[in-house]
Amino acid sequence: MAWEWNAAAVAGAGTMGAGIAITIARSGLNTLVFDESPDALDRAKRQVEAFFEGSVRKGKLDAAAAAAATARLSYVKDVSALAEADVVVEAIYEELAAKQRLLSTLNAVCRDDTLFLTNTSTLSITELAAGSGRPDRVVGAHYCLPAQLMRLVEMSKAIQTSAASWDQAWAFQRATGQHPVETKDRPGFVLNFFCVPYHNDVIRMVEAGVAEPADIDKAVKAAMGFAMGPCELIDLIGLDTQLRASEAFFSVTNNPRTFPPPLLRRMVAAGQLGRKTRRGFFDYGSDALFGA
Amino acid sequence: MPDLSYSIARTGESRAFPGTHAFIDGATAEGAVLVLLGPAMAPRCVAPERTAVLVELSTECLAAYEREEDPPASSNLVGFARWRLGANPPSDLIELVAGRTTRPNALDAAQAVFEAAGFTVSRCADRAGRIVDRLLRPQFNLALTALDDGLATAEDMDLCLKLGLGYRQGLLAPLLGSGLADHYDVTRALFEVYGQAQYAPPRLAVVARQKADKAEPSHASLLREAGE
Ligand SMILES: NC(=O)c1ccc[n+]([C@@H]2O[C@H](COP(=O)([O-])OP(=O)(O)OC[C@H]3O[C@@H](n4cnc5c(N)ncnc54)[C@H](O)[C@@H]3O)[C@@H](O)[C@H]2O)c1
Repeated sequence: MAWEWNAAAVAGAGTMGAGIAITIARSGLNTLVFDESPDALDRAKRQVEAFFEGSVRKGKLDAAAAAAATARLSYVKDVSALAEADVVVEAIYEELAAKQRLLSTLNAVCRDDTLFLTNTSTLSITELAAGSGRPDRVVGAHYCLPAQLMRLVEMSKAIQTSAASWDQAWAFQRATGQHPVETKDRPGFVLNFFCVPYHNDVIRMVEAGVAEPADIDKAVKAAMGFAMGPCELIDLIGLDTQLRASEAFFSVTNNPRTFPPPLLRRMVAAGQLGRKTRRGFFDYGSDALFGA
Repeated sequence: MPDLSYSIARTGESRAFPGTHAFIDGATAEGAVLVLLGPAMAPRCVAPERTAVLVELSTECLAAYEREEDPPASSNLVGFARWRLGANPPSDLIELVAGRTTRPNALDAAQAVFEAAGFTVSRCADRAGRIVDRLLRPQFNLALTALDDGLATAEDMDLCLKLGLGYRQGLLAPLLGSGLADHYDVTRALFEVYGQAQYAPPRLAVVARQKADKAEPSHASLLREAGE
């Protein structure tokens, strides 16, 4: 059966939600952006519009396409507005209980055939599905940061995911211009399995005074030709996200590398969350979304 | 304007500069900086008239060559390593190590000489594995273990890392291409110092070292067999 997508929704308008909303609206679908925080919605709207303006300025998108994409986006703070969505991409905080609560609210609000994709980085798709009220319609779709630029989406099935849901989720990714790769419902899939412990090692290295963040980034990039150094990547991901991911990861893996380093907690407590607060390991002039 | 002249003395085969290189050609007889290429030697009073004496490090710390009796910040000894993965050609990264006794001006001179020669220079403390080995060897270990555990194929794992994290070559392709026996040697040395599971040589690296030793016993493997 060919699946007709009329409207999609993104729940959680933070770093990831704003980027995911851009990819969906850019592909031609009406996109509802939902967040419980009016401030987050305002920020997302400002960032998304600035991003499309940047895309036009840099010649990546023509002005008419950018205007059309902008017009396809609605920002809503009432979850009942998501009733019309064919697919909801969940991108709220990395907390099992919070995500399950939201999915079960969405289950009450949305049509029976609405597909739920979860952007969790470390939680089990199977556990999330179990708390959703529609476990066969839940699929893991882990977008990468910055979602508005990165095409990779790590897709994984819950034990309960139906074959039809999986096919539709895969088709949705293709239809919105993404590059799905099948991974397994294991903590961290591929990317965070590598990233979460590694980034904690980097933070521990800074904390132990072995090297400055700039020296670490320079070294790793020059050694392996990586596009970004780990400290600028942690700043981009957000130190609060790294902390939440570490806590979630440690609770399911018991791997000491994933235990949050004290410096990470201190930086989060000080509000130095990376690009989004203009200060992390490095200083940034603005909180504009990365890229164009 | 700092004096960027340097001389080179070889103590044996160098992993940093195994063949010809513009840096070797740029050396002069009486440079302000003396670069010792090859395995570093026991501490002794080398060239006090030089601004800096650069010692090529492998997995060991510069402290192994510093004299106990020297006070802090009193010597011209600086450690360096040009990062290299196994048999792959060396990278353009120079990790510069300041030891307990290294004078700041010796470190500055070393950095200036390498940067003038076009290298990327990162400074770090005198710790085993410096920056890159300490951070990336556990990642290589994770990839090798995940391969054994069937998380994904080597190609899919590298694809995710390339698309998702900007690791342009991935992790496994360069590592597997470089020869895993050397990875075994580095991780074993780090494991000895840190005792943390992430540095323990993974099965595939152990096998590679065993195979290499069967083909041609290394000095290290003979010492191990002799119980030293
Ligand atoms: N940041 C990354 O690098 C990254 C990458 C891939 C996946 N993820 C995953 O994406 C998700 C979101 O991460 P983020 O970095 O965008 O977080 P974020 O903190 O930037 O944004 C989360 C947003 O969710 C909103 N929210 C929280 N609870 C809500 C609820 N019940 N209903 C509606 N909105 C709610 C918050 O107000 C906030 O705006 C997490 O699951 C994270 O693990 C993050």
